[in-house]
Amino acid sequence: MKKWLMAFTLVLGSTMAHADGEKLSVPANQKWKTECGSCHIAYPPQLLTAGNWQNLMAELDKHFDANAILDANDNKEILDFLQRYAGHGARYSASSLRITDTPWFTREHRKVPFDTWSDPAVKSRSNCTACHINAERGDWSESGIKMPGGKRAEESEGRPGSGSNRRSEEYDRD
Amino acid sequence: MIARKTCVALIALTSVNLAFAETPGSIVSGYAVEAARTTPGFGPSAKRGFGFFTKEWGVSQKMPNCTVCHGKNLKVDGKHVITGKRIDPLAPAANPERFTSSAKVEKWFKRNCKEVAGRECTAAEKADFIQFVIQGDQS
Ligand code: HEC
Repeated sequence: MKKWLMAFTLVLGSTMAHADGEKLSVPANQKWKTECGSCHIAYPPQLLTAGNWQNLMAELDKHFDANAILDANDNKEILDFLQRYAGHGARYSASSLRITDTPWFTREHRKVPFDTWSDPAVKSRSNCTACHINAERGDWSESGIKMPGGKRAEESEGRPGSGSNRRSEEYDRD
Repeated sequence: MIARKTCVALIALTSVNLAFAETPGSIVSGYAVEAARTTPGFGPSAKRGFGFFTKEWGVSQKMPNCTVCHGKNLKVDGKHVITGKRIDPLAPAANPERFTSSAKVEKWFKRNCKEVAGRECTAAEKADFIQFVIQGDQS
């Protein structure tokens, strides 16, 4: 009974997530949210593989350009959480351990013009909320995108429902 | 068994209480007591704290001083120098959650001091810094 209920919830959950374009949502984990969310937003676990997360959490004293060291207990709790919801496959993997270097990220953002990335309001590719204005609340939907200078996602990503957009959604899913 | 449970509950309660009792003032006092062990008569100084906060350490190119992330005015938001993320104001006057957990304070001193100063900060530096954050630089 319990198993059925769980399976049902899972199916329901994933369908809902899909319909809302919220495939990046995860159950709240306060530690992950605060610890990973102080210097940048807490990036969704789905965006790197379990192996990538393991390597990343093993070198927090040299976390890209910063010291982000955690105590051992917090580190373990967060790594467990990240690995539990991690992405699968090469699309979510980067040897640099940067989400922004994964094939998935590169493809999703292929139409973002170069000058948008270098806009002072964006500053860094790690600054998701510069365009995904509700990302901190877990809303990554296309309607929640506002590019600096007021550009809408559609203007650079193609119209919703257009060929290119559908392709990228399919790409999203598998 | 019951005794053990009560004991655990008691310990839990006490630590919760302790955690709640922490204030910017009590955290400064803690560091000041520690500093006085090596420097008898030590008293925290906001002026020294201001000097520490604005000091150019010349250790890290990207993070030469504390203000690159926290800004010069501690009552307004800062901005992370690498990621651009907004950082809540450090001053307890503007952000009552500040300096209410010594574990959190220690964690950030550890990270930020290593980064900016290239070493851990001393208890005296920490006491001065928090004193300054509470009082402002009065200039
Ligand atoms: C690279 C950016 C950066 C630099 C440089 C930096 N900090 Fe921070 N600091 C942060 C962030 C991010 C937080 C956590 C913010 C939060 O809790 O909202 C923080 C938090 C803190 C806290 C914890 C405050 C609390 O809520 O209890 C202290 C203390 C602190 N910093 C002191 C310093 C000092 C002293 C320096 C200079 C030696 C410094 N910081 C330099 C980014 C930085």
